[in-house]
Amino acid sequence: MTESEQAGEEAAPTATLPLDAWHRAKGGRMVEFAGYWMPIQYEGIMAEHLWVRENAGLFDVSHMGQLMLWGDTDQAVADALEALVPGDISALKAGRMRYSLLLAEDGGILDDLMITNEGGRFGIVVNGAVKWDDIAHLREHLPDDITLNHNEDFGLLALQGPKAVDALARLVPEVTGMVFMQAIAATWNDHPIGISRSGYTGEDGFEISLPNEAMGAFADALCGMEEVKPIGLGARDSLRLEAGLPLYGHDLDPDIDPIEADLGFAISKRRREEGGFPGAARILGHYTDGSPRKRVGLLVDGKLPVREGAKLFDGEREIGVVTSGGFAPSVGAPIAMGYVPRDHAAPGTAIAAEVRGKRVLCTVTAMPFVPHKYVRKQGG
Amino acid sequence: MPRYYTEEHEWIDVDGDVATVGITDFAQGQLGDIVFVEVPDTGAELSQGGDAAVVESVKAASDVYAPVDGVVTEGNGQLEEDPALVNSDPEGEGWFFRMTLSDKSQLDALMNATAYKAFCDDL
Repeated sequence: MTESEQAGEEAAPTATLPLDAWHRAKGGRMVEFAGYWMPIQYEGIMAEHLWVRENAGLFDVSHMGQLMLWGDTDQAVADALEALVPGDISALKAGRMRYSLLLAEDGGILDDLMITNEGGRFGIVVNGAVKWDDIAHLREHLPDDITLNHNEDFGLLALQGPKAVDALARLVPEVTGMVFMQAIAATWNDHPIGISRSGYTGEDGFEISLPNEAMGAFADALCGMEEVKPIGLGARDSLRLEAGLPLYGHDLDPDIDPIEADLGFAISKRRREEGGFPGAARILGHYTDGSPRKRVGLLVDGKLPVREGAKLFDGEREIGVVTSGGFAPSVGAPIAMGYVPRDHAAPGTAIAAEVRGKRVLCTVTAMPFVPHKYVRKQGG
Repeated sequence: MPRYYTEEHEWIDVDGDVATVGITDFAQGQLGDIVFVEVPDTGAELSQGGDAAVVESVKAASDVYAPVDGVVTEGNGQLEEDPALVNSDPEGEGWFFRMTLSDKSQLDALMNATAYKAFCDDL
């Protein structure tokens, strides 16, 4: 049997990203993630994590799906999107972006995503692990006069940390004037690039969409600066956990609705009043009356990490499950997030997690674990 | 004092009827930053290849296996306070536990330092 025949019978082979050789040359330890070979770490997760909190880290997130939507008018596209997500897309001005959720018919979360009004078209960034499902869902549910393009010619980098703005401004000076959740089109060495002041670490930072062929030189230009180092997926996970940000496929899935996930902020006020998104009855019911269960943060007593899958107990009664957890380098202790019943969701509630047959004391806590440092206003 | 190695990257130092067990420098390098170590209780009966300890890195929990049959005589209490010893001195201060040897002939199937180095080079 030839290799290609084997591949045809099994799952799709693991793909490589445009920067694959670059990561390996930088000492990245490559693992399979979301169907791609990706760097889990370079010098070590702890050092990389702490570097991002103090300096600036460059992440390759090219596994994520970059989609573009356009139609006869921006309003037509916004209306079409609003039938699938609970955000106020009509109110999104050109050059602004919003976190939103792709919802199943019953209000369960199919994905979390970023929607940007790029003026004349909308850009959507979706999770790598479910991008093909998202694209199929969008194609099935969007009207025929809306065009959907999956842009595989562009990669996506994230530059995160307090020194990200200084580093990126040396390449693209106009980024200094941007605020959180703002997006611009720019050029670098004649390459068209899209930049947003956003990210998933809780730090100030940027995501940069750029042509595949420009990625190596752009990454080299950034990593040639003393405040920038390449950072792997391991630190990306511990950073987003400390920031209290849910990871799709772990903290969010099709059984969970936005209120259960404590993402009520993503249901815009007008949409709450008008409804008209999938699962509106369930979601608005939970919004008004509270959901039976809720995603919460957990501070873990002692040093034993409490990880995804650990069961949560009140006395002998099993009440929930941990969906993400591990050692938090900036906290200096283990932390976790998980789902508990509404009557156990108040900060300060003491519960226990079970790890290898042992009970570990946990305290429900407000998130984030580490304060967000987003730049919301210029000159403020 | 002869030192033996397993394919699961444990080392075992044998001194008469007692042995000291830890994980190798190669293993700690693969695991990365170690944040928690669970050593077996004194008196625990271990069987070759069975679970003996757990080592937790930032990313994941990994099992450490007993290289031979025997009974635990002491766990390394220092690792509770300073699990990073396994990173900084894996084949010295970062030892995991001491145990008796029920069947010394089990050592014959383990690798010596030269064979273990060759084993790691092939990975």
